[in-house]
Amino acid sequence: MSLTIVDGGFAEPVFGSQRAFRALMDAFARPGSVADLSDLAVPPAPMSPAAGAILLALADADTPVFFEMDMLGAKAWVGFHTGATATTDTQSARFVVLAEGSDCAGWSRFAVGTAEYPDRSATLLLPVAALHGGQRLTLSGPGIETTTDIAPQGLPSGFAHVMAANRAGFPLGFDLVLVAGSEALALPRTTRIQEA
Amino acid sequence: MTLPAYNFAYLDEQTKRMIRRAILKGIAIPGYQVPFASREMPMPYGWGTGGVQVTAAILGPDDVLKVIDQGADDTTNAVSIRAFFAKTANVATTTKTAEATIIQTRHRIPEERLQAHQTIVFQVPIPEPLRFLEPRETETRVMHGLEEYGLVHVKLYEDIAQHGHIATTYAYPVKVEGRYVMDPSPIPKFDNPKLDRSPALQLFGAGREKRIYALPPFTQVTSLDFEDHPFTVQTFSRPCALCNATGVYMDEVVTDDRGGRMFVCSDTDHCETRQLHGHTGPGLPQLGEHASTEQETTR
Repeated sequence: MSLTIVDGGFAEPVFGSQRAFRALMDAFARPGSVADLSDLAVPPAPMSPAAGAILLALADADTPVFFEMDMLGAKAWVGFHTGATATTDTQSARFVVLAEGSDCAGWSRFAVGTAEYPDRSATLLLPVAALHGGQRLTLSGPGIETTTDIAPQGLPSGFAHVMAANRAGFPLGFDLVLVAGSEALALPRTTRIQEA
Repeated sequence: MTLPAYNFAYLDEQTKRMIRRAILKGIAIPGYQVPFASREMPMPYGWGTGGVQVTAAILGPDDVLKVIDQGADDTTNAVSIRAFFAKTANVATTTKTAEATIIQTRHRIPEERLQAHQTIVFQVPIPEPLRFLEPRETETRVMHGLEEYGLVHVKLYEDIAQHGHIATTYAYPVKVEGRYVMDPSPIPKFDNPKLDRSPALQLFGAGREKRIYALPPFTQVTSLDFEDHPFTVQTFSRPCALCNATGVYMDEVVTDDRGGRMFVCSDTDHCETRQLHGHTGPGLPQLGEHASTEQETTR
């Protein structure tokens, strides 16, 4: 067994978790803003450093993680560092590591919460090629003063449609985080996304 | 070698992760109360254990913390919580609103407009706005799920029927983004307009009731009212006795046993800053000056 699953965790777990969480909290509070998660975690490929940092900061034995694609190294790395179990049950997964180019029509299989407890819903991590330089999308909603533009590269086809359906189900829904390299961009269920 | 007896900011890492997950879901569902596994803190319930846990979960070594209690930086609750984090997290503290990155508050929002880089953490005693109308949590959950808020309006209407106006002056219920009715914590309704589209992130923690909720920046927050009885805030007929400020929330201070009183800013930082800039008010009432008939008007 290689040692890659042991390496690459937070150098300082307490402050690494805090920094990663605060960056993600700001990203959730201001959808469209880009969180810098560099120099925190180095998970085995193909997991991005941003996705690794988010899982190290937030996942533990209470939060089963669903891996959409076969990434044995990253799965073992998350398990070793956080104690979170990898699950194949889409409804019990609290965090979902999507595949790049994931078919977004299938995202409705993940937990969206219940009318009484809409917080019992999944947070999806979607790897994209980059958070800049792609097709322009206009965001509005809580956390955004008027509107803000994002241009991620490599979003799955039908993305805006699926996100609109997710928005329409508010307060139920999943929350999505786009990850690319060591950057992350949150799209909570409240955000309205319009194709420019 | 001496090891610290507790973790940075007191809470253990697993507790922080659990609270952090609740905060993120709270931000994603503005106004919705997320249950969390509230811990026992080294202070009694009612002293801000919910706010303290939220602050402990978000606090980092570079933060500058301000703590206020009813607007004041120098009262017991504020002093002890500030000292708690100075000791357990070794963070910088301040009484200046503009210098703080995190402001924990008991029942006020500072007069100075908050900025985008700031986070305000409210201490909440009873997070459920429907609790005094429906005691069962199972029922209030369903009511929130169904957006069944008629009872709150009936309560406000009963105020009008009894008193001629909406007599609720604090913990005045608000509607968030047209969906969830939320208790803004026992801030005076004077502060309700500051909740609306605030540039700062607003987090709410209720320790005994084990709930966390949030308002992301620029979230629409509307105080409930009626077309013929629109929402209004308290007004004060006299300026602050110390700094002559108007348009701020005031505390009434009794100055003698013959009815002497003065009204001063509830926000001590705001008042002190104004005094430093040379503003002075009428000061203490003259001894024997008869009780003023002027009072805070509640409408």
